[in-house]
Amino acid sequence: MRYVDEYRAPDAVRVLLDRVSGLLQEIAPASPLQIMEFCGGHTHAIFRFGLHQTLPEGSVEWVHGPGCPVCVLPRESIDTAIDLARRPGVTLTTFGDVLRVPGTRQSLLQAAAEGADVRVVYSPLDALALAREHPDREIVFLAIGFETTMPATALTLLQAVREGLGNFSLLCRHITTPAAVRAVLQGPDPALDGVIAPGHVATVLGSAAFDFIPRDYRLPVVVSGFEPVDLLHALERLLLQRLEGRCAVENGYARAVREQGLPPALDAIGRVYELRGEAGWRGLGRIADSAVRLRTEYADFDAERRFGSRPTPASGEEPLPCGEVMRGRLRPPQCPWFGTRCRPDAPLGALMVSAEGACAAYHRYRGSSAP
Amino acid sequence: MCLAVPGKVLAITDRGRQQAEVEIGGVRRAVSLACLLEEGVAPESLLGCWVLVHVGYALSLIDEQEARQTLELLKELEPDALR
Repeated sequence: MRYVDEYRAPDAVRVLLDRVSGLLQEIAPASPLQIMEFCGGHTHAIFRFGLHQTLPEGSVEWVHGPGCPVCVLPRESIDTAIDLARRPGVTLTTFGDVLRVPGTRQSLLQAAAEGADVRVVYSPLDALALAREHPDREIVFLAIGFETTMPATALTLLQAVREGLGNFSLLCRHITTPAAVRAVLQGPDPALDGVIAPGHVATVLGSAAFDFIPRDYRLPVVVSGFEPVDLLHALERLLLQRLEGRCAVENGYARAVREQGLPPALDAIGRVYELRGEAGWRGLGRIADSAVRLRTEYADFDAERRFGSRPTPASGEEPLPCGEVMRGRLRPPQCPWFGTRCRPDAPLGALMVSAEGACAAYHRYRGSSAP
Repeated sequence: MCLAVPGKVLAITDRGRQQAEVEIGGVRRAVSLACLLEEGVAPESLLGCWVLVHVGYALSLIDEQEARQTLELLKELEPDALR
């Protein structure tokens, strides 16, 4: 077992496609079933493996949710990071995806071109290593991501505390998945038929974290992995729930996800973070209880407190139609800027920046002229 | 962003920091096992196990039996005999 190839095997995909097609025939929906995948990793996989083209015409429409943390990072976060990166003695570190995200005036990449010290790291542990190697510099890590990434930054911070690394700090911009799912499902008439829940968020939170979706919104949910077999298997189980008139959370990623999640990771999250209250999401506006900040006992490691950076007003408002795309009301090619003024090489909106953004995935794998 | 890739735990390199060497797609990387180690569990117990790695941390211990079960369901059943 290598845990990748087996889940891409053409034979297995063919069997599943036959089964899914059979179920779709049986359901015979009057209009295409609306299946939302929340996670940007799923969006990317659907396009990469061409799953959107393999199902019977007009049977299923994939609705792409807001689960790409790079795409929903508000301009204010980029502005604050640039402000810190420009200060003497400060090195701002973050994941590579973040560099090209537009801030109010510029991106971190553009700020770096003007001399700000910005470095890409693969892991927050790499930022911690920089802090060890350069005791004369302040190493700030811009921490973004959902619950998948929260334990990594929390455990890195706890390691910094243990080592007494006073030159390491976090600019914490982590956001929470359930709040975002609620924000989308509460919107006016999302008209969905099922939800594919994010597999790697679920490894941390547990599949039970999504129980509120069938309970409060009467929608079937299947937690899925990220290979073609995983996604088709998840779709099959959503269709079966529909045929049987059921709404429940099912775990289609049992090799990685347990019902109650990952206790040491949940413990680290609970020790380090607390809910921030309301937070701004690019394109979606302000969402209650959707972000975390460092607890006061770790205030010394909070970059904003350490450097006294004053947050710029964060409206979460976006002058582009990205929010409509994230709520599933607008398909990427229906946006007037798609592929013309907004392209992966010159993104106006964040959905065109990350490979997991719905617009970038459409553009790359479908061509800009496809419907 | 929430990408996590499977890798095999080859060696424990720093017991104190719960660091291991993990082979991911033929490349050896330093990975923290901190998320998988409940109190009192020795890092050595993960030697030879497959884990999902995300931004330098092992995020899940892959359950081989569950993995095989999903795949075998596909092998055994002919499309016609499914329901």
